[in-house]
Amino acid sequence: MNRLAVRIAGPVVVGVLFVALWALAVWLFAMRPFVLPSPWAVAQSLWVDGPSLLGSLSFTLEVTLAALASAIVIGGLIAIAFSLSRLVEISFFPYVVILQVTPLIAIAPLLIIWVHIASAAAGGDDHPMVALLICAWIVAFFPIVANTTAGLNSADPNLLALFRLYGASRWRTLWLLRMPTALPYFLTGVRISGGLALIGAVAGEFVAGTGGAETGLAYRILEAQYRLLTARLFAALILLSLTGVVIYLALDQLSRLILRRWHESAAGGESE
Amino acid sequence: MLSAPAVSGGCSAETAPILELRGVAKHFANGVEALAGIDLTVKRGEFLSLLGPSGCGKSTLLRIVAGLTPPSRGTCHLTLEGQGRARVAAGRIGFVFQDPTLMPWSTVTNNVLLPFRIARRLGVAERERAASAIRAVGLAGFEHAYPRELSGGMRMRVSIARALVTDPDLLLLDEPFAALDEITRLALNDDLLQLWEERRPTILFVTHSVFESVYLSTRIAVMTARPGRISADIAVGLAHPRQRATRSSPEYVALCDSVSAELGKAMGGGS
Repeated sequence: MNRLAVRIAGPVVVGVLFVALWALAVWLFAMRPFVLPSPWAVAQSLWVDGPSLLGSLSFTLEVTLAALASAIVIGGLIAIAFSLSRLVEISFFPYVVILQVTPLIAIAPLLIIWVHIASAAAGGDDHPMVALLICAWIVAFFPIVANTTAGLNSADPNLLALFRLYGASRWRTLWLLRMPTALPYFLTGVRISGGLALIGAVAGEFVAGTGGAETGLAYRILEAQYRLLTARLFAALILLSLTGVVIYLALDQLSRLILRRWHESAAGGESE
Repeated sequence: MLSAPAVSGGCSAETAPILELRGVAKHFANGVEALAGIDLTVKRGEFLSLLGPSGCGKSTLLRIVAGLTPPSRGTCHLTLEGQGRARVAAGRIGFVFQDPTLMPWSTVTNNVLLPFRIARRLGVAERERAASAIRAVGLAGFEHAYPRELSGGMRMRVSIARALVTDPDLLLLDEPFAALDEITRLALNDDLLQLWEERRPTILFVTHSVFESVYLSTRIAVMTARPGRISADIAVGLAHPRQRATRSSPEYVALCDSVSAELGKAMGGGS
């Protein structure tokens, strides 16, 4: 109980001190609002611009969650393909890594051109969201592929021998042994990917600069920058960080729930 | 209770060999020669201990018998019910490793049911057999426990129950009690003996303990250090049922002495 109090009080004290110092600095050095707005001005902006910022946030969140979902499905399937065939893994893994290490910001313009051409060819409207989705997916899928592949390949060799002894097919072994073994690895990948999908969605939007009726938080940040509405910029940043934290906590809670019954890191409490 | 494996033909079938190894050798890609020219015939219902120093290829031999590793030379012939894949899927061979090798995400019951789950046979009969195997190893009441909630000895019991659940003709045990404390090991020795006396499966038991091999088996094959060869084949004539008192009988002590001497020769003079 005492420990819990410290764990909550500690960060709160630091936060309050930080905001106080910030306010003091603004007042002492007579900061101009577009350089550093006061905490109060940021709070006001949150209140006034909040509704429209939340609308943008929901767009960013939509992209993030869609990217995360497709990263889970496609990343999981890629990992399963890798675990079923060593040849496939050896042949394709380097390209997965290349896709991962190439800076997203550098790929994004290319993606935007392609998506634009593709949607024009399809005769439909331009869908900037698709480009953003692909951007976010590219950053999000790697941890899932890498972790899940490692998990699928780390089944106990003796259990694998036992499965062979009882004549288990490759699919039966995958289903009864490799997939349960990989579950904690996979969930770690998902937790990392949740944060990365948000980063990808924001970074993609910086490059794509959606415009139009539907805009995400990244575009609002750029807009605030051009118009030197620094307080609004701060408000958008705060919303983004909070979103990241909420995504992390939600995924963390979800994986604890799933693993509660058997995995030691979950059973043992705090191990990370 | 499960019935003993159905053997037609009475006494003659009882004594027919279940396993015949002829000139079995094994060397690995890294040049290590694990086994050199193993000849061994095991009769149905025997409890054979493979006794030898660490690294003499005992475990490799067991894996060859189980079909998990092919021999480099020689033949390994098993006479079991059925043939080929069907024989394997039916679980005619049970295997117990040095570690319990359980699935941590499954309950005791589900771990024991594994051979049936693999074969997609999960009927009432299979569940009853699992329950009976769990009772036979003394784990009644722990059906829904997870492996991490059990002690090391209890986990090993689950592992044995899993090997027994298909009522195998041949039970392969690879130093199953080596990692356990002395008290637990003695208790499990007695339980294993009792299971063997009730069901009479053929057992190949790998160990490096002289006392364990003499107490448990009907026959001991002593193996030399790498490359493994069988240097002595000793019949253990101690009467059944054996109990703790057997351990203090003069025959037991004399057998331990002679087996120790053979083991000493195998380790020292061999190569």
